[in-house]
Amino acid sequence: MLTYTLRRLLLAIPTLLFISLVIFLLIDLAPGSPMSQVPLTVPPDVKQKMMEALGADQPMIVRYLLWLKQFFLIEPLHVIDSWTGLHLAGDAQRVVSWQSRSPVAEVIAQRMPQTLTVVGLSYLIGVLIALPIGILSAYRQYSWFDQIGTFFSMIGFSVPTFFTGVLMIVVFSVWLGWFPSVYDTTLVVDDWASLKLQVRQMAMPVTVLALFNASQISRFMRASMLDNLGQDYVRTARAKGLTEQVVVLVHVLRNSLIPVVTVIALGIPTIFGGAIITEQVFKVNGLGALLITAIYANDLPMVQTLTFIFAVLIVLFNLVADILYGILDPRIRYD
Amino acid sequence: MILKTALLGAVAAISLAPAAFAERGSDGHVNILYWQAPSTLNPYLSGGTKEIESASLIIEPLAGFDETGAVFARLAAEVPTLANGGVSEDLTSITWKLKPGLLWSDGTPVTSADVVFSGEYCMHPEGGCAQLSKFEGVQSIEAVDELTVKVTFKAPKPNPYLAFVGGTSPILQKAQFAECLGAKAQECTEANFNPIGTGPFTVTEFRTNDVIQMAANANYRDPAKPAFATLTLKGGGDAASSARAVMETGEFDYAWNTQIAPDLQESMAAGGKGIFVNAFGTLVERIEMNLTDPSPDLPEGERSTKAHPHPILSDIKVREALSKAIDRALLVEVGYGNAGRPTCNLVPAPANYASDNTGCIAQDVEGAKALLAEAGWADTDGDGILDKDGKKLSLLYQTSTNAVRQDFQALIKQWWNDIGVEVELKNIDASVYFGGDPGSPDTFQKFYADVEMYANNFDGTDPEAYLAAYTCEKAPSPETQWQGENINRFCDPAYDALVAELGQTGDVAKRGEIAKQLNDMLTKNTFTIVPLVDRGRLSAASNTLGGVVLNTWDTELWNVSDWFRVK
Repeated sequence: MLTYTLRRLLLAIPTLLFISLVIFLLIDLAPGSPMSQVPLTVPPDVKQKMMEALGADQPMIVRYLLWLKQFFLIEPLHVIDSWTGLHLAGDAQRVVSWQSRSPVAEVIAQRMPQTLTVVGLSYLIGVLIALPIGILSAYRQYSWFDQIGTFFSMIGFSVPTFFTGVLMIVVFSVWLGWFPSVYDTTLVVDDWASLKLQVRQMAMPVTVLALFNASQISRFMRASMLDNLGQDYVRTARAKGLTEQVVVLVHVLRNSLIPVVTVIALGIPTIFGGAIITEQVFKVNGLGALLITAIYANDLPMVQTLTFIFAVLIVLFNLVADILYGILDPRIRYD
Repeated sequence: MILKTALLGAVAAISLAPAAFAERGSDGHVNILYWQAPSTLNPYLSGGTKEIESASLIIEPLAGFDETGAVFARLAAEVPTLANGGVSEDLTSITWKLKPGLLWSDGTPVTSADVVFSGEYCMHPEGGCAQLSKFEGVQSIEAVDELTVKVTFKAPKPNPYLAFVGGTSPILQKAQFAECLGAKAQECTEANFNPIGTGPFTVTEFRTNDVIQMAANANYRDPAKPAFATLTLKGGGDAASSARAVMETGEFDYAWNTQIAPDLQESMAAGGKGIFVNAFGTLVERIEMNLTDPSPDLPEGERSTKAHPHPILSDIKVREALSKAIDRALLVEVGYGNAGRPTCNLVPAPANYASDNTGCIAQDVEGAKALLAEAGWADTDGDGILDKDGKKLSLLYQTSTNAVRQDFQALIKQWWNDIGVEVELKNIDASVYFGGDPGSPDTFQKFYADVEMYANNFDGTDPEAYLAAYTCEKAPSPETQWQGENINRFCDPAYDALVAELGQTGDVAKRGEIAKQLNDMLTKNTFTIVPLVDRGRLSAASNTLGGVVLNTWDTELWNVSDWFRVK
C-alpha cells in the first residue's frame, strides 16, 4: 500500500505540471483583458502603461515560467520563512493578484475560514442527513418514507441554489426577519452572543447547500444499498440467525459504502472550490466568490493559482478514495 | 399658510439640531454596501469606481467637486482662481495653499512635500498609475514653502483643476509611500491596503474584495465630525440584493449603484425602510455610427478604416432617419425608470456645457421613412426591406452582454424594422468588448459592425478631453494597434480646429459655447453619435441615515463626514 501511494504521488507530479500548463493556456488564450474593468475615462495609453507595470504585456512563456518559479519556489520559501522566522525568500516577487496587487496566497488564506465553515459544514451536514435517509429508503423501498425522501431529493437536485437562496432571503430575512441576508466575515466568535450571531448568519447558506448535497448523496446511498440487499451473502447472514440490525448496519452497509465513499471523497475538493452561487447570494465572500470576481477581472495569477490548487486537491482526493477502498474492502489490494 | 410653513421649518430645524451639535463618534456604527467589492485602497493603482470611492473616505485631494459640480476646497485653504491670483494670468501655473495645522491620521503634519510626492508617485514612468491623465501636461510640481505647492504646466491649461482635484487624485503620505515609487508600487501591499490619510475615517481592517472596517479619524480637521464612530463597507453580491438589504431588510444604511429594473425599484421603494436617491451626471448611453466600411469582404487591415467609407451610413439622411425612429422615453421607462432620462446630447451636463438640443426626443417614424425615401432607398422587391442599387439596407448592431442593453437592442430593432431597415443583433461579453485586445475582432474600438451601443462619461466637470477624443488622428486603426477613442472614425477639419481653440480658451462662458458647438457637430448636425439615455446614479439610503447628498461629479461618498443617524 505504501509503495502504491508513493508511486501515485510521484506520477501526480508530471500530471499536475501538465494541468498547470493547460490551465494557463486556457486562461491566457481566452478573450478578455485585465483592463476591461478599468473605466473608459482612463485613456488607452495609460491602460498600456498599467499593463506594463503588471507585467501583463510579457510573452506567454515568460509569464508561465515566472508563475512556476513563484508558485513552486518562492511561495514555499515564504511559508518556511513565516514558520521559522528566517529570511530565505528575500525580496523575491510572490504570486501577486492583478486586482489588488497583494500576494495571492494571503488572500486565499483569508478566504479559507468562511468557505470551510459554511461550505464544509454544509457538506458535513449533508452527508450526515443523506446516509440515514439513503439506508432507510433502501431498506423500506417504496414505503412512505422512501417516497417522501425521493421527492425531497428531487427538489434539492433540480431546484438551483440561486433560486432557493433568494427564496430563503425573501422568506426568512424580508418577511420574518429571523436571519441576516448579508454574511459578516469579520465576526469573531468568542462568546455565546457572537456564537449565536454566527449560527444565525450561517443558517440560510448552510441549509441551501446541505439540501443540495444531501439530495445527491442520499440517492447514491440508496442505490448502493439496494444493490447489496438482494445479494446472496445477505440471505446467508439472515439464515445464520443474525439480527436485522447486524445484517443491515454491519454487512450490507459496509459493502454499500464503497462507491458512496468515492463520491463523498471526490466531493471534498469542491468544498475548497467554494460555492460560487451560494456565496454570491449570501455575500459570504469565500473562495468561490474570489474565483468568480477574479475571472471577471481577468486576474490571471489569481485564477491560475486557485484552479491549480483545486487540481492538486482533486488529484489528492482521488488517491484518498482509492486508499479508502482498500481499508473498507480488504480484498482490494494494489501491490 | 405662511405660519404653517414657518412652523414646519421650526420643527425641521429642531429635528436637525441634534445633528448639528453632535460630537464625533456619537452616532455609533454605519453600514455601507458596495456590490462590487473594493480590491485596494490606492486609487492610483486601480482606476475602478469602487476603489476610488472607498478610498475617498480615508485619503483626500486638495479640492473636490460638490453636487453642483463646483470645485470646493478640501485640504486647500481656498480654491485658486484667476481672480484670487492662484492661477497665473497666462494659465500656465496654479498655486495651492494647504490649510494650516492639518494632521495625518497618525498625528504628523501634512506638508507641501506630501503633495509634491503624490505627483511624483503617479507620474513615475514605471508606476502604471491609473490616473496619469490627470497629470497630463504637467511640467513640474514644486514646494514653495511648507504649505504652498506650485504646479506648472507645459502649455496654458484653461482647466487647471485636474491634478489633486476630486477623489481620483488624492494626496498620499510621503512617509508611508516613499519606498513605493515606480515598479515598487505594486509590492507595497501594506501601504496600498492601509493608507494613512486625512479623511473622516481610518482603516482598521482591510480584506481585499470583501470588507473594510473603519473608525473615525481622531485627527480629522473638524472636531465635531464624523458623527459615526465606526463604519463597515461590505462588498459582494449583486445590485438587486444590495438594494434589498437597505430597502427591505434594513440591514444596511447605504447601498451603492442599485441599478435595478424599474418595476423592482417601485416594489422595493414600497417597502418603506429606505429611499432611492438619484442624480444625473454625464454618463450617456448612445448609439455610435460607423462611418467606415466594416464589411468582412474587405481584407484584414482595411476593414473599418478610413480607406473605405461606409456604403450606407456615410449618408447623413440614413443616420438621421435611424435616430428619428427611436422612442427614447420608452427606452428609459423599460430600462432605467428614475435613474434615466432621454437625451440628445453627448455632453448632457454641467449646465454651462450642455447644449439645448432636444430635437430627437419625439419619435418620428413618418419623418424617418420620408428621409430614407429622399435618400433614394425604396422597397423594390417587396420583401419589406429597403434597397438601393441592388443593396439592401441591412445593419449589424452590436453591444455588450447586459440585460438592459439586450432589451434596448430588441426595441430599437423593432423600430428600425418598421422603417424598412433590416437589423442583425450581436452581443459580446463585456470583458472582450471593452477589453481593448488588438487581437480580438470584437472590441468596441475595432468596431467590426455598422452601429454599436455603450455608455461613456467624463471625469470631473470639464468635457475638453472628452470632446477632443473625436479629432481625426484619434481614429483607431491597424497603425495605432486599434487604440483610440474616435471609434466612429469621424473626421472634420472644422471640428479639429474648434477643439484646438477650446484648448486655448480660459474664459468659462466661452468654453461652454465652444463645447456646445462641438457637441452639436457630433450629434444633431451629423448624427455621428445618437445619444439615447442620460443615465443617472441610483443608490439606496436608509430612512435612518441623514445627510446623504448624491454627487455625480466626484465620489459618491464625498460627504460621509456629514452623515448622521436620524433619531
